[in-house]
Amino acid sequence: MKNYDTLLNDLAPQKFGKKGVIWTTALIVVIIAGIIAYIDQVIKGQVVTNMSDYALWGVYISNFVFFVATSFVSTITVAVLRLTNNAWRTPIVRIAEIISVAAIIMAGLTIMIDMGRPDRLMNLFIYGRMQSPIIWDVIIIPTFMAISILLLLFPLIPDFAILKKYFKDKNSKLSKWYGILSFNWTGSEAQKSILLKSIQLICILIIPAGFMLQTVDAWLFSTLFRVGWDSTNMGAYFISGAAVAGIGALVAVVYVIRRAYHLENYITEFHFDKLGKFLALACLLYLYFNINEYLIPEFTSKKEEITHLNVLVTGEYAPLFWFVIVGGLIIPIIVLFFKKGRKPLSMFLIGLLVVLGSWWKRYLIVTPTLLHPFLPIQGVPEAWHHYFPSLHEWLITFATLAMCLLIITILVRYLPVIPIQRTSDEQEALELNKKH
Amino acid sequence: MEEKNNESRRNFLDKGIKLGLAAAVGGLAISKISKLSAKSSKNTGEFVELMTTDGTLIQVDSSEIVEVEHTHDTDPKYNVREGMPNRKFVMVIDLAKCKNALKCQSACNKHHYITGDHAWLKVYKMQEDEDTAPYWMPTTCMHCDHPACVTVCPVDATFKRRDGLVLIDNERCIGCRFCMAACPYSTRVFNWDDPDQGDMSMDMHMEGETHYSPEFAGLPSVKGTVDKCDFCPHAIDKGELPHCVTACPNGVFYFGDKYEDTVTNGDETLRLSKLLKDKDGYRLMEGLGTKPSVYYLPPVNRLVDFEEGLENYTEFRSVESEEES
Repeated sequence: MKNYDTLLNDLAPQKFGKKGVIWTTALIVVIIAGIIAYIDQVIKGQVVTNMSDYALWGVYISNFVFFVATSFVSTITVAVLRLTNNAWRTPIVRIAEIISVAAIIMAGLTIMIDMGRPDRLMNLFIYGRMQSPIIWDVIIIPTFMAISILLLLFPLIPDFAILKKYFKDKNSKLSKWYGILSFNWTGSEAQKSILLKSIQLICILIIPAGFMLQTVDAWLFSTLFRVGWDSTNMGAYFISGAAVAGIGALVAVVYVIRRAYHLENYITEFHFDKLGKFLALACLLYLYFNINEYLIPEFTSKKEEITHLNVLVTGEYAPLFWFVIVGGLIIPIIVLFFKKGRKPLSMFLIGLLVVLGSWWKRYLIVTPTLLHPFLPIQGVPEAWHHYFPSLHEWLITFATLAMCLLIITILVRYLPVIPIQRTSDEQEALELNKKH
Repeated sequence: MEEKNNESRRNFLDKGIKLGLAAAVGGLAISKISKLSAKSSKNTGEFVELMTTDGTLIQVDSSEIVEVEHTHDTDPKYNVREGMPNRKFVMVIDLAKCKNALKCQSACNKHHYITGDHAWLKVYKMQEDEDTAPYWMPTTCMHCDHPACVTVCPVDATFKRRDGLVLIDNERCIGCRFCMAACPYSTRVFNWDDPDQGDMSMDMHMEGETHYSPEFAGLPSVKGTVDKCDFCPHAIDKGELPHCVTACPNGVFYFGDKYEDTVTNGDETLRLSKLLKDKDGYRLMEGLGTKPSVYYLPPVNRLVDFEEGLENYTEFRSVESEEES
C-alpha cells in the first residue's frame, strides 16, 4: 500500500511551480498579441498578410496542415501500439492523447484564420457541397476531434475516481470536478468490462478516422492541377509525414513533462529507447515517400516539374528544403540508429529538430507550388513573385502554436499525465510475478 | 359490360376536357392575333425619326413607339444561376491580330471598376521556348465547361450556367480561395482589402443596377471574396458585346453563340465552326480536360512585328492608377 501512495503522490496533478507560472504567462502574452493581430486582419482584410493572387495560400494553411499532421500522434501511438500489444506504451499514451486533442482543436481554429469572410462560416453548413474537398475537411475534422476527446476521456475515468478520493481533503472543489468526470466509477467487474470494450472500440475507430483526416488533408492539394500537388503520392506521403510530426512532438513533450514533474521513475530510458526506434521507423518511411515525390519527377524531367524542383533544390527555397530533408529526416535517422542517440536528452533535441523540420516541410508543400503557375506571372506588382509571411501572419501563427501549447499545459495541469490505475495494476502484476 | 361502359365514359370525359382546353387556348390566341393586327392598322399619321444601330435614319409611326422596359428590373426574365435559355456563349481570340494595344484591358478595368493591382483581362507576353516566336496572348476567364473552380467551391458561390458562363456570387463566397488554387489559368483575383471603387455606386445607379448581381462582376467588388471576368452578361442582355470586344482596335476578340455557330468582333460576323477549322483554332491547356469556352487562333502570318507592342508592356502593372488614367 505504501507503494500505491507514493505512486499517487507522484502522478496526481500538481500545482505549477514558478517556472510553470512563467511559462503559462508567456504563452498567454503571445496569444494576446496574436488575437490583436487577428482583429486587425478582420478589420482591414487580409491585405495585412503578404499573400497575393498568386501566393494565395501561405503560412496559415501550412500551419493548419502541421496541426492536422501532429494530431495523428494518438492514432499512431495510442491505437496502433495498443492493438499490437506493445506494453511499453503505458506512461506515454496519455501525453499522446493530450497532444492529439490540442492539435486537432487548433487545426479547426487555424483553418478559419485563412478565410476571407469568417463572418460567413455558416455558409459551409447552409450551402455545403459534397464535391468540394473543403467539405470533406469540415466533416472529418470534427469527427476526429470527437473521437480524440473520447480516446482521452475514457481511460481517464478510473483515474478520476482515484483523484476524487485523493483530493477530498486537499481541494474539495477539484475533487468535486473529478467526481463528476468519473461517472460514478466504482471499479466493478461490469464497469471494467464496458470500459475495456469501449476503449478497444475507440482505438479501432481512430485508425480509419486518422487515416481519413490525413488523406483528406493531402487531397486538398492533390485534387488541384498545380505542379507539385498533382501527385498520386500525396495521401501516403501525408500519412507518413504525420507520423513523423506526431512522434517528434510526443518525444519533445514527454521529455519536458518528465523533467518538470520528476517522472524519471516512470518514463525511463527504456521508453525513450523504444520511442526513438519508433521515430526512426517513421522517418525512414517518410524518407521513402520523399524520394518518390522528388526523385521520379526529376527523372522524367517534365518542364514544369523541373522548374518546381529547381526552386526547391537549388533556388529560392533551397536552404529551407535542405534543412527539412537533412535536419528533419536524415540526421534524426542517423542519430536514432545508435543506442546513445536514443538517450533522453539526445531524443529531446532530435524531437525538437523533427518538429521544426515538419513545420517548415508543410510550408514547402504549400508555398513554392503557387509561385510557378501554368501561365507566367505578369502584370502584377513585383512583390507578388515571392512570398514570406508578414508580421501579422507571424504573430497570428505564433499565437496558434502558443494556444496549442497552452491547451497541452492546462490539460497536463489538471489530468494525471501518466495513467494511475493502469500503472498501479501493472506494478501489482509485476510484484506478483516476482513472488511466484 | 359495366366496366367497359365506365371506361368509355372516362375516355369521353378525358377527351372532352382536352378538346375544351384546346379550344379555349385557340380562341385566346386568335383574339390576341386579331388585337395585334387591329393595333397596326390604327396609325396616327405622326412620324418620328429614329436611328438604327447601324446608323441609318428611319421613320416610324409614333403609335409604334413603346418605351422599352428596362432590362435590369429586379425580377430577371431567367434564373441568374441557370442562365439565359438556349444560349451558349463562346469567345475566339485571334492571336495573329493582337498588337498589345491593351484597350481591352483598360475598357475591362473601367467598366468593372477594377482598382486593385490585378486586371481580370491580361495580355501575356508569351514565348514557349527561346527557339520559338514570341506573341501576345490576351486571356479572360475561360468559362470552362468542366470548371475546376466550380468543382472545388465548398459553398456553391461560383457556379456554371447552362449558357456557358461561370459566375461568382460575392454575397455567398467565404473567401477560402480554393477556386483560385484550382484554376490553371490564374484568372481569379482576390479582394484582399475593401476595394476603393471611386464613384462606382453612382455609376451603378446609372447602369440601371439597383442591387448586387453575379451578372455584373465588380458592381460592387466585396472585401474578402473572389472576382474574375464574367463575360459581361449585363452587356449581352442589352444586345451589346462584352467591353473588351468593342474596345479592341484590332478586332482580336470575337464573341458569339455556339448554338448559332456565329461569332462577331463588331466588324465582321463569322461562322464559328468554319473559323476554327480554317484557322486551326485551339484551346488553352486542352490536356487538363477543362473544356474552355474561349478558343484561340494561332499567331500566324503576323502583320506587325512583335516589338511594336513592347512599348505598352508593363511587367509589374495591369491596372492603371487614377492619376494616369
